[in-house]
Amino acid sequence: MLVSLNWLKDYVDISLTPQELAHTLTMAGLEVDDIKTIRPNFSGVVVAKILSVRPHPSADRLSLCEVTDGTETYKIVCGAKNITAGDTVPLARVGASIPGGYTIKSSVLRGETSDGMLCSEAELEIGEDASGIMHLPAELVLGTSLEKALNIEDTVLDVNVTPNRSDCLCMIGMAREVAAITGGKMKLPSVKMKESSEDINAMTSVKIIDADACPRYTARMIKNVEIKPSPFWMKSRLEAAGLRSINNIVDVTNFVMLEMGQPLHAFDFRFLEEGRIVVRKSKENEEFISLDEKKRILPSDTLLICDGVKPVAIGGIMGGLNSEVKEDTKDVFLESAYFNPLSIRRSARKLGMPTDAAFRFERGIDPEGVVKALNRAAQLIADLSGGSICKNYIDEYPQKVPSAENIPLRLERVNGIIGTEIKAKDVVKILNAIGMDVKNQRRGTYLVTPPTCRVDISREIDLIEEVIRLYGYDRVPVTLPDVSVSEQESIPRLNLEERIRLLMNGSGFTEVVNFSFGTPFAADMLSLRHDDERKNIVRIKNPLGEELSAMRTTIVFGLLDTAKRNANNGSFDLKLFEIGRIFIARKKGELPEERNILGGLITGKLTDDFWNAGNNADFYHLKGCLENIFHDLKIDHYRFASTADEPFLHPGKACKIFLNEKQIGWAGETHPDIKEKFDFKNNAYIFEINLDVLSEPYIHSHIFYKELSKYPAVMRDAAFVIPASMEADKMISTVWEQKEDLLENVSIFDVYNGKGLPEGTKSLGLRFSYRAADRTLTDAEASAIHEKIVQKTVNLTGAKIRS
Amino acid sequence: MMNELQQLEKDALAELNTAGTEEQFLNIKTKYLGRKGLLTGLLRNIAQVPDEEKPLFGKLCNELKNSLNAKIDEAIGRQTARNREEILLKEKIDITLPGKFIKYGRLHPVVQIRREICSVFASFGFSIVEGPEIELDYYNFEALNIPKDHPARDMQDTFYIEDNIVLRTHTSPVQVRVMEKIQPPLRILSPGKVYRRDSDVSHTPMFHQIEGLLVDKGVTFGDLKGILTAFLKKIFGDGTVLRFRPSFFPFTEPSAEVDIRCVMCGGNGCRVCGQSGWLEILGSGMVDPEVFKNVNYDPEVFSGFAFGLGLERIAMLKYGISDIRLFFENDIRFLKQF
Repeated sequence: MLVSLNWLKDYVDISLTPQELAHTLTMAGLEVDDIKTIRPNFSGVVVAKILSVRPHPSADRLSLCEVTDGTETYKIVCGAKNITAGDTVPLARVGASIPGGYTIKSSVLRGETSDGMLCSEAELEIGEDASGIMHLPAELVLGTSLEKALNIEDTVLDVNVTPNRSDCLCMIGMAREVAAITGGKMKLPSVKMKESSEDINAMTSVKIIDADACPRYTARMIKNVEIKPSPFWMKSRLEAAGLRSINNIVDVTNFVMLEMGQPLHAFDFRFLEEGRIVVRKSKENEEFISLDEKKRILPSDTLLICDGVKPVAIGGIMGGLNSEVKEDTKDVFLESAYFNPLSIRRSARKLGMPTDAAFRFERGIDPEGVVKALNRAAQLIADLSGGSICKNYIDEYPQKVPSAENIPLRLERVNGIIGTEIKAKDVVKILNAIGMDVKNQRRGTYLVTPPTCRVDISREIDLIEEVIRLYGYDRVPVTLPDVSVSEQESIPRLNLEERIRLLMNGSGFTEVVNFSFGTPFAADMLSLRHDDERKNIVRIKNPLGEELSAMRTTIVFGLLDTAKRNANNGSFDLKLFEIGRIFIARKKGELPEERNILGGLITGKLTDDFWNAGNNADFYHLKGCLENIFHDLKIDHYRFASTADEPFLHPGKACKIFLNEKQIGWAGETHPDIKEKFDFKNNAYIFEINLDVLSEPYIHSHIFYKELSKYPAVMRDAAFVIPASMEADKMISTVWEQKEDLLENVSIFDVYNGKGLPEGTKSLGLRFSYRAADRTLTDAEASAIHEKIVQKTVNLTGAKIRS
Repeated sequence: MMNELQQLEKDALAELNTAGTEEQFLNIKTKYLGRKGLLTGLLRNIAQVPDEEKPLFGKLCNELKNSLNAKIDEAIGRQTARNREEILLKEKIDITLPGKFIKYGRLHPVVQIRREICSVFASFGFSIVEGPEIELDYYNFEALNIPKDHPARDMQDTFYIEDNIVLRTHTSPVQVRVMEKIQPPLRILSPGKVYRRDSDVSHTPMFHQIEGLLVDKGVTFGDLKGILTAFLKKIFGDGTVLRFRPSFFPFTEPSAEVDIRCVMCGGNGCRVCGQSGWLEILGSGMVDPEVFKNVNYDPEVFSGFAFGLGLERIAMLKYGISDIRLFFENDIRFLKQF
């Protein structure tokens, strides 16, 4: 809400500087976002009066004027048509400067001297009117500087009014706050109205069909108005508030809305068929053209203001083109109503019409301010248009709008919530300052009735808030709550995530955070099969764009996309990871499943230093990283299985990851198709792990210390020739399955598949370590066990010993 | 004989002083102390010494032998050390060449901020909890005293999945879910992603929030000031100046916006603080009795406060980042700076 201080001072005395006032308002909950100073872009322009106007002897379009500034008379050549002797006008004398950087000089125009310039609003940049010379009120003192005469210098505060404070969406509301905080005196406009003998009730009627949506509708009739531009003071007020001036009638309705917070509407009475108003809800698919000349199909349940035949306004939102005030309007039907906030809000949303009126109605206006605003507007219309106000006003009020009364307030509760020792008399004083009626019920308990404009106050806590707000948050002493142990414990998975972050960092992976939504084509780009659960996509109904409309069902798509973007920036060597959620749709009406996933990606060179130049990442780096994590987390029973069926992975370089026979993820090289789709220079290696599943064994993992053997181990090597297709794991597990107690470890020391081996085979070198806990193994003992194991392994796998 | 012995000592020391290599030292050793050495020779001739001087002569010979031996060994030791020194100097490497290491990765800056904040609150006894990111309208709005068709819904432009299902617009629904299950005392912190339909230099449609809640008997607004003051001083430094000012959130009353004196200009007014000298850091307030009623807490028995803050905003202030979108573009050159 834009608050002009010149305007605000009409209603309250202010002694603070604009900066002090802004601070004071901010600290009372009316945050001032911005302070703008309005200064004229001219100087040396004064109030002057035209003494005579006669045609220029040698130029048809120009006239010669004699103008006085009260002390001297000037000869001015002027091109405007709208001037006559006696007009009060702005005169830029010789030496004056006007917007655009012009300095006025004495000049000769077609043989006639001109000692200055008469100005239009537009030339002075104080209005939009460029059609002719600006006319000033006759009562201004001649020779006064124009900025002073028109009070052009102003400061405008941009106040951020929170949704609860509808009472502050007007100047008087703002003035009330200022008065309460600063003690400044309030000055409310007095309404003096002369009514004609014609009774409004004889001319028109109002019938409310939907009283829930429209509990109160009041109206006045102003006859024989003359439509013209508003005077400067009105225009400048509206402009300071960010509104454009239209004409004297519309401007009054806007002015009073800004002044008192009550939206109003003026109809041209001649367009109201049957001369009456009916307030009802719309029917299905009713069409209407609103003031902004847009044809709208109204949702049913929209509140309509109709005449005897057709809709003439969308109630509380916008008037209709068919009944607007026009240049030749004579009789004005003025509406001031209370509309149900919910009804207005729903309609304004559905129609996409967040108008100033709707904004105020949906936040709740003062139900008792309806008539005050009606009268104030009628008086202003009569003043500015010469119209006459008909006798009486219509006040259809079928349903009382409830307002809070006698809210109990306990002093003990006030101090108990705030943590203060504010005295009873100070609480009462604060509440009185903002217009609350406070009755003493019994010791320490009060009954408080807020003013009807404070629609946000209905409970004790609302009153407590008012007390602390005006007492001052800064005066509340700083304390610490008693120590207590929370009954809710931390979520264990979060510890796991923190641990994994460290491990990933240590392995060289950098964390990324991608949006949780993205393109709906992600699943297709990953070639996911139609029955893949990751195709059950949660879609956003109102996304910022299609490319941000689908909740992700993988982490890895985002990583691939990130890698691509980085490649575009020249960063090809990447190790990235992300921890985040994926979303799998369930049945309609159910919340989707959310899974916590760790995803990772390696591509390009492993390191970018010259020591290791040229070493590209491969599958085993990825696998090593995962093994490291499992080791660190003390998680055994994991297994990499080459049964991968992810369509976006290279079928020969991929695996599923199992934990206790439950799949917790996958890893592998990207499929060549993916590499092409993402236009990657290098292969990318990617994985995902489900952290929800991993956190279970992590929580229960323990470390059991194993006694160190004092006796030396005996090492034996053996190389097996096996089919190239046989996996190393098969050999290792065959060895372990023999359950030889003295076998301490078996590991792979060599893989060879070159010269000297039969086609289609490879050699796997295994290193066996034997150790006894209680004695030194003799060579002979170790050899015997080793021979046994090797022989059995050969028998079980069909491997041959490579000599 | 005694004179010969003295002369021999003189000669030996003189030779030692001029010798320079290990070989020369060993030669001296052989010459004087070897089996056929000069001192050994003298000793062999002890018969020529008068009987009364024999013990003294023998003692002096032995002493000389020991001292010469020690001196020669010492000289050899010194020389060996000198030799090694020379070799080591020849092995000198260029220590300005880069180190060999696996380059550590980096944590996302927002995660780093989250971690810092969580650890501060953990030290205040807060537990870390979480809830769904796709949330029922009830938990995101209604249970938090934001009924349907309430203007307060305009404060957060919402992404909808279905009429009744939204992308959570704040992490506050988590407090409701926890309160539904657990009775006070409660000290919880819920960090997480939140979503609002907004996109420009200072808004992304997804960002991170941390919401905190403390409920117990007799908790006051003063306690809220106390905890949040302690928190902000830990994050922004002991000298941080802060102010609490009234605001509005549907789920707290009284509500407070907490500002700190601008970290860029120190309060003089700059572009970052919009010339106000203050930076909005977090929203907070005493839990509204309506919220307590929705979770069956008796507002006459319990009171508490809640607060929430945006992590990107804190990260932007701390690291001097002016465009929030950088956090989600994940340019490695950006991420590596944290």
